[in-house]
Amino acid sequence: MILHFLELYWRRIVTAFGIHLLYVLVSVAIAFVIALALGILLSRIPRWANVILPVLSVLQTIPGIVFIGVLFLYNGMVPSTVIFALATYAVFPILKNTFVGLIEVPAHYKEAAQGCGMSPVQVLWRIELPLAMPVIFSGLRMSTVYTVSWAVLAAMIGLGGLGDLIYSGISSNNNMLTLAGAIPAAVMAMLLSLLIDLLRRCVIPRSLRRDAS
Amino acid sequence: MIRFEHVRKSYGDKQVLKGISFHIAEGELAVLIGPSGCGKTTTLKTINRLIEPDEGRVYIGNEDIAQTDPVQLRRSIGYVIQQIGLFPNMNVEQNICVVPHLLKYEKRKMRERAHELLEMVGMPYDEYARKYPHELSGGQQQRIGVLRALAASPPVVLMDEPFGALDPVTRATLQDEVRSLQKKLNKTIVFVTHDMDEALNMADKIIFMDAGEIVQMAPPGEMLEHPASDLIRSFMGKRSIAEQATPQTAADFLRQNVITTYTDARIRESVELMARRNVDTLVVMNRDQTYAGIVSIADIDRLEKGSTMQTVAPLLRQSNPVSYLDEDAHVCFEKLLSGNANYVVVLRRDNTLAGIVTKTSIAKALADAVWGDAV
Repeated sequence: MILHFLELYWRRIVTAFGIHLLYVLVSVAIAFVIALALGILLSRIPRWANVILPVLSVLQTIPGIVFIGVLFLYNGMVPSTVIFALATYAVFPILKNTFVGLIEVPAHYKEAAQGCGMSPVQVLWRIELPLAMPVIFSGLRMSTVYTVSWAVLAAMIGLGGLGDLIYSGISSNNNMLTLAGAIPAAVMAMLLSLLIDLLRRCVIPRSLRRDAS
Repeated sequence: MIRFEHVRKSYGDKQVLKGISFHIAEGELAVLIGPSGCGKTTTLKTINRLIEPDEGRVYIGNEDIAQTDPVQLRRSIGYVIQQIGLFPNMNVEQNICVVPHLLKYEKRKMRERAHELLEMVGMPYDEYARKYPHELSGGQQQRIGVLRALAASPPVVLMDEPFGALDPVTRATLQDEVRSLQKKLNKTIVFVTHDMDEALNMADKIIFMDAGEIVQMAPPGEMLEHPASDLIRSFMGKRSIAEQATPQTAADFLRQNVITTYTDARIRESVELMARRNVDTLVVMNRDQTYAGIVSIADIDRLEKGSTMQTVAPLLRQSNPVSYLDEDAHVCFEKLLSGNANYVVVLRRDNTLAGIVTKTSIAKALADAVWGDAV
């Protein structure tokens, strides 16, 4: 029965998986760049950060379904609506971790770097960012895993992805179809999480890996 | 080499530097010392412009540093901090070469430099260059900290309580190493500490500060002899107390587990005793416990084969230095160091044996004087 099901649906599953993955990768990539830039900016002016971060954190609690719905009204049924919504949500965990990671770099490293004759930009690139990297990466992983599940909402406005299978399954009372959407989504979250761990190994020197979660 | 002219600095209402002026000559190691909050660290950080003064001028060579680019200036000044601050994301070699890297040295030249510097502090390149800071002991980390400051051959090096976090033995070793590196490389070093022993040990010139002012500026010997204020005297507290303490006597350094024998002991037994206790001389007493002399394995060896001598009595020597329990320890040590004997025999006033004082006793006494009773 399973085989029969797969035979019938495999094309649809693969396509949905592909679209879903594309949504996730593109939106997380955009979010990462924005969050990193904002996080760096905020860490230079911590006084602002104390206002901006709590506000963002409240905005983060607006349900994704509402946000995507409103956006749909303005932007229409195009992939950019989904990507914009997902990226917006993905920004916060990375932004927060970037900010915290940078702020928590012990002052004496910064002083030593400055005392060695590094310019502020060099201190940031050579010392602060590398030392904050483990924390930034946990933010990235959190965002990615969340985004995989948020991307299910794309189906709400008829833009495919694994959510398509899940909603079709629920509305037609076809459990098999629901699972055909849910299981690949779970697998995708795990795979991406693993991928980020792998990336982390390449990017972060072993001396910094011990204390990172 | 470094000249301060009426340098002032305030934070809000609090004046941290009240118009200080001083001069440090080239190749000199100057120590800034004083109670916490006296402005010594502020003074140090003014030199590499981590802190900008409100008034006054600072010259390095003949250049007013206010006219230089601070980033370039810092690349030409070595900087060592108390928390060491080796970058945990870089290995030992990368840490050492931070400044050469900023100055865009060639790769090969940087490697040679790291090699050379590591050899200088006895840390072989092959073993240490690829290690990360957390894999090193505290003392090794600060050695690398010092090497990082020296890597681009800056004429001036600033050290902000660099050994404050190290244990006393490591600290003493590093003080000596820095001192000898400084002499060898002819660096001008400004060194901040709150430890007078460290200052006296290292400085060519001590600059004593209190409440943003210089109280006294003098070579260690002079400051020791003529402290300018009670505060300075109290900083030297430990030393002056040591000077006033009651003179020590030989009894304070006595070792009592001495290997002895008697004048009527047989030669063969004595040889066996020496072999068993792993010594080459025995202290010989008369039966009434008074000191008779020393017998050595060398003298026994020199006996002709078939000698009919039975006891050690004829072989006794009285040439070994002798001291008395209540004799000044200085005199006792003098006797030990001037001759080639390995120990001084210490007697009571009635000539009975009390014990011996060895060269190890002197070393221990010195260690106590330098590091206190903790050692």
